[in-house]
Amino acid sequence: MKPEINEQLLLKGLVANDTKAVETIYKENFTMVQSFIINNNGSYDDARDIFQEAIITLYEKAKSESFVLTCQIKTYIYSVCRRLWLKRLQQMGRYVMQTDGLEETVSVEEDIDVHEKRNADFAMMDRALGSLGEPCKSLLQAYYMQKKDMTEIASEFGYTNADNAKNQKYKCLMRLKKLFFTQYNIGE
Amino acid sequence: MEDIVLLDVIERYLTGQMSPEEKTWFKQLREKTPEIDQMVVEHKLFLHQLDEFGTRTALKHTIASAHDNLLQKGDISEGGEKTAKGRIVQMFHRYKKVTGIAASIAGVTALGISVLVATLSPNINKNQFEQLNRKIDIVQKVTNDRLNHEQGNTAVKPKPDYNFTVGGTAFLIDGKGYLVTNAHILQGSGAVVINKGKELTVKIVAIDKSKDLAILKITDDDFKPITNLPYSLKKGNVDLGEELFTLGYPTDDISYNLGYLSAQSGFKGDTSSCQISLPANPGNSGSPVFNKNGDVVGILTAKQAEADGVVFAVKARSIYQMINELKESDTTVQKIKISNNSTLKGQSRVEQIKQVEDCVFLVKAYNK
Repeated sequence: MKPEINEQLLLKGLVANDTKAVETIYKENFTMVQSFIINNNGSYDDARDIFQEAIITLYEKAKSESFVLTCQIKTYIYSVCRRLWLKRLQQMGRYVMQTDGLEETVSVEEDIDVHEKRNADFAMMDRALGSLGEPCKSLLQAYYMQKKDMTEIASEFGYTNADNAKNQKYKCLMRLKKLFFTQYNIGE
Repeated sequence: MEDIVLLDVIERYLTGQMSPEEKTWFKQLREKTPEIDQMVVEHKLFLHQLDEFGTRTALKHTIASAHDNLLQKGDISEGGEKTAKGRIVQMFHRYKKVTGIAASIAGVTALGISVLVATLSPNINKNQFEQLNRKIDIVQKVTNDRLNHEQGNTAVKPKPDYNFTVGGTAFLIDGKGYLVTNAHILQGSGAVVINKGKELTVKIVAIDKSKDLAILKITDDDFKPITNLPYSLKKGNVDLGEELFTLGYPTDDISYNLGYLSAQSGFKGDTSSCQISLPANPGNSGSPVFNKNGDVVGILTAKQAEADGVVFAVKARSIYQMINELKESDTTVQKIKISNNSTLKGQSRVEQIKQVEDCVFLVKAYNK
């Protein structure tokens, strides 16, 4: 199998949230990123965080319809990690490493910006869900994220019928919406 | 209740669960009521957001489990210290470089300060201590250069492989050829004495380093013994302010210097010597010090390094002491009869010098 085709398959697997594809990408790139972070003042935890962020960035890029892979996955992940780690170092007020121009990198600035915007949105959603409380949170997660059937949910949560569960779900949803948009508008 | 129904309708519309008739009706409703239209848009956005959030959560979960899986399989490693390590240990790892640098800077600084303290504060002591050594500047060190130069100028023909090291002055204490000089001049394996360009070989009879005195005997056949030395050695003390003069060899030529006794004791209260105010130069070591009557009262040994014209002389009494001590052990020394008759009294200085200069020699120590 040609490497390019292989990489395309991997990306497709990533978009489809395929465990095997994710593991392969992980295995092939993690050690490189880890040694980069460790050598540049980071810890194992930092390496893990940064690398996982990079995979998500890659996922978002691969998911968009206009996506064209212009370089190897390795190069892309390295570039993202490098950029993210530099940013983090700067935020922490530590010195910035002087390794410019030594490795092959691609421009990932825009991707990272998009990624960070989304991260912020998701953080809001996470907070909104968190403050929603149970059973609303689980109910909404079961329906909207795990895409479970209303009848299934009703029996799981102990509602007498699907309609009641549905009613409850809408109530919860309205509360969540309110919580989310309050934050969202403040955030804007 | 109204809102819930509306939400249900919107959701069904968005997920495409409506029948075509219902859809047309709802579309019309949206067009007519801007509030509902707005709600639809908002809800669509929200549902999208929620959906994305769900996907993201699932992805994060997949990645995290991929990480754990690979870690378990050993395909990746975190140094075997992912969670086993405490925060402090992690901090240590993160900051060990910085800590190391800081520690070395601190170490270097501490070292620097202690070196500074060690060099600066005892410096005062050290200077005092050095003064002890340096105040007595050995008068008679003639450099090899100068000696070599001398060799060229004078008719002296040292033995080919002789290597002159130090020069000084010596004077006769016994007409048979016994000379007194400073012990510190005799650095080397042997010595010669020179008077008016005539080089004579000598034998070192005795050296007393504590008194800084040495006795030489001229062994050269060219030497004509002098029956009566014109001067005597005076055991007694000299009075403060008494006029003194000396003859020595700071250069190839004998030179005369005039001064006076400035203190009864020598360097740091040494009573075996005395302090004289008199210009002296390297080469004057071993020079006899005469009083105005032409009696030898001492022998120049050293000068104070930081004061001009302050020189020290070993008293003539020490020469007597030394010879008396030697006589007890050494039979050859017993022949020495120190001159005790002065014929110079009352004569003019020029006359005195004329008679004395034959008895004062340039000493050169050499290494074979």
